[in-house]
Amino acid sequence: MNAVELTSVTKRFGSVVANDNVTFAAQVGEVHALLGENGAGKSTLMSVLAGLYRPDAGTIAVNGAVQHFRSPRDAIAQGIGMVYQHFMLVDSLTVAENAMLGQAGHGVRLHTAPVERELAELGQRYGLAVDPRARIWQLSVGEQQRVEILRLLYRGAKVLVFDEPTAVLTPQEAAGLIGTLRDMAADGLCIIFISHKLDEVLAVADRITVLRHGRTVTTVERRATNRHELARLMVGRELMGVVADQPQAVAGDAGVVNLEVRGLSAEGDKGVRALQGVELQVRSGEILGIAGVAGNGQRELAEVITGLRRATSGEVRIGGQDTTRCSPREIVAAGVAHIPEDRNGTGLIPSLDLQDNLILKHYRQQPLARGLFLNGAAIGNFADRLLSKYNVAAPSRAAKARLLSGGNQQKLLLARELSGQPRLIVAVHPTRGVDVGATEAIHHLLLAQRSRGAAVLLISEDLDELLALSDRIAVLYEGKVMDTVPARGADVGYLGLLMAGGAQSGAADHGRPMDTGGIINQDVAH
Amino acid sequence: MKLETRRVRPGLWRIERRTAPTAGVAALVPLVSILLALLLGALLLLLAGQNPLVVYGAMLNGAFGSLNGVAETIVKTIPLSLAALGVGIAFRMLLWNIGAEGQLYFGAIAATGLALYVMPWAPTVVLLPMMVLAGFVGGALWGLIPGALRAFLNVNEIITSLMLNYVAILFSEYLVHGPWRNPQGLGFPGTRTLPDSAWLPRLSPTRVHLGLLLAVIAAGVLFVILRRTWWGYEIRVIGENQRAARYAGINIPRNMLLVMAVSGGLAGIAGMSEVAGIAHQLQRSLSPGYGYTAIIVAWLAKLNPWSTLMVAFLFAGLLVGGDQLQISMGLPAAIAPMLQGTILFFLLGGEVLSRYRLTKVRRGPTPDLNPAQR
Repeated sequence: MNAVELTSVTKRFGSVVANDNVTFAAQVGEVHALLGENGAGKSTLMSVLAGLYRPDAGTIAVNGAVQHFRSPRDAIAQGIGMVYQHFMLVDSLTVAENAMLGQAGHGVRLHTAPVERELAELGQRYGLAVDPRARIWQLSVGEQQRVEILRLLYRGAKVLVFDEPTAVLTPQEAAGLIGTLRDMAADGLCIIFISHKLDEVLAVADRITVLRHGRTVTTVERRATNRHELARLMVGRELMGVVADQPQAVAGDAGVVNLEVRGLSAEGDKGVRALQGVELQVRSGEILGIAGVAGNGQRELAEVITGLRRATSGEVRIGGQDTTRCSPREIVAAGVAHIPEDRNGTGLIPSLDLQDNLILKHYRQQPLARGLFLNGAAIGNFADRLLSKYNVAAPSRAAKARLLSGGNQQKLLLARELSGQPRLIVAVHPTRGVDVGATEAIHHLLLAQRSRGAAVLLISEDLDELLALSDRIAVLYEGKVMDTVPARGADVGYLGLLMAGGAQSGAADHGRPMDTGGIINQDVAH
Repeated sequence: MKLETRRVRPGLWRIERRTAPTAGVAALVPLVSILLALLLGALLLLLAGQNPLVVYGAMLNGAFGSLNGVAETIVKTIPLSLAALGVGIAFRMLLWNIGAEGQLYFGAIAATGLALYVMPWAPTVVLLPMMVLAGFVGGALWGLIPGALRAFLNVNEIITSLMLNYVAILFSEYLVHGPWRNPQGLGFPGTRTLPDSAWLPRLSPTRVHLGLLLAVIAAGVLFVILRRTWWGYEIRVIGENQRAARYAGINIPRNMLLVMAVSGGLAGIAGMSEVAGIAHQLQRSLSPGYGYTAIIVAWLAKLNPWSTLMVAFLFAGLLVGGDQLQISMGLPAAIAPMLQGTILFFLLGGEVLSRYRLTKVRRGPTPDLNPAQR
């Protein structure tokens, strides 16, 4: 029986059509994956189902009866709940208090004890261990996600929608979540799993619906499909796959050390220790990958190296020169390119045109500037040259940067950063939120820079990306480098363990492939 | 195909973000705002027992109906546009300089002091340029106080620049009542009259003076700085995205200081031109609030230097027309500021509407929304 059924749903934002006549149905007792690239309309469709958006046309049916949701409250009343990428929890409240939040029927005094008991039971049943009396800020990201799930179950959700739930998890946590989702489906719940990662979709789903450009492509049985077919359905063409094995570093160990970080410590925004005695070396012609779960010091590391954050102790040397106390401009001048994590907030100025965005790091150099004046003709040439060289799909150099798609914005940023022949590239999540085609292009650009002799510090949460591109991988956990291993032949289980802070370098687990860690990486279909 | 839409209570409105404000809407907003403000003003005039058409007609006639009216409007355009140009460049960097009034007074004080006590002997060709410089420096220093507090200590410049207005105005009152008071002034609060060499030449028989040229030059220079120099580019980047500016290595504190200095300096030149062009002395209530009206002007002109001149001219007309009402019809001069207030009110409301739109939540089937049927 269909637990939910969306028929001919259309949702537009202004002139942008996010969902175009989409039909989707999920059954009781199944894990149904919603697969598509970024911007395919997955999250919008599920937000319609969860009552967050109202469709412009089309119907929602729950257990066969047409429903009109005016708010998420209406949806949860019909047993539909969604776990968003950004958790909707109140940090200062306890788990039980969060679960009760927004519910009517409480007196003046909160009676938390029965709620706590019920949450504990639910947690036990689905393997979602979390202390109902803990306050949210005390919990890890993975635990907070469990709270979100428990809260929905507590409110009687029978249909649970997960919006890219593994993005914030370690491989082990992700594997655990996948087990939980399978259990929940077996228990008669309906699980909808939004993702753009083929492997995890194949690992978790019973059926898979593919969305592309806001339209339904098809729905397939997990057993009747494979990785290649899904990739083709998702992007509308054959994928080349993650970049094939690359030759080892051009210069190998003989390369000049372009970046050297010694004993580096720094504080995060809240004044807590974000980096503690970090030691790194990146040579010319080498890509050093930094793996780790978000919030373990990656952002701070990139900011200290690029001069945007002060180190509390330690040293950064770029090309042999001590740059620890240099200003961002001096570090740019030392030949450092920075692809920041927050593309629109830091790397680009969305409200300015492409040309203005492209000259951001070069506007005072000849021939773009002559004295105090900008040279319009030279700037135009410069912009046009970069746009065509880096294949940025844009109407013209005078278009506003915010009108570009995520992938093209990232290409725009790379065009600017790589145009100066940098000796060091600090790339933070360079392919996050970018579609598959652009991801491929960005990977090739980074590899080309490596071949040219640049040193690349690649910070990513995507282990597959790190394994495919890096020469060596260092794992950052709570601001410390846990270990650095060669990427070729690296054991995903070991890396995952390091990311969870579970093993120190050389611990007994080293080398033993973990049965859970492999789920994310293995090619299920073959 | 059967279509279902959600059923909602009738007459429900909701606010939606416009994906891209169209050029037409952007141009229409100020016009409609002014029209609505005039309508509301008319209502208020009706309540006051006046015929709004007659009142508006008298204002229009007073401001633009005669050579002298137009000339007086231009006279008020000069300080208004200079101060508004200053306010506008600060606003571009999201520095909310509300202190143009005080900066105007400090420019006036500096220029007066120079002409009366430092180099009264200098010939016009030397003295006037030096007074412009003094006016600029006086206003710039006064603008640098909130600028430095913001740049180095992150103190909110809205509060500090506003408060410093009262300090500057009271300081100028102290001067004209105390140390700088004209001994032959029959007790009137004001300095001695400036030497003839310190008077800005006028276009007789009107009171239009050379300050007009200063305003036009200032607009031109600002336009070139903003559009053609890398300094203008830095101001734009900082204004649009401060984090990107820091990431690009732009020195933000230094730019805050520079922009606040230029912003205050332009208001200071406004003060200088009022002293050298109209009053020929420093006196009480030198400015009827030009520094505050300048905020509305700059905003209405969308911070564009050339539009600032035009909008300043229109607002000067409003001021002159308002004065005219007082003289010819015995109405309170408060009519003009009241209209200014309503215009700003509608303008800010309209600004929201150009970025967001109100849509009526539809009832019943809406077949036009289904792309399958188009």
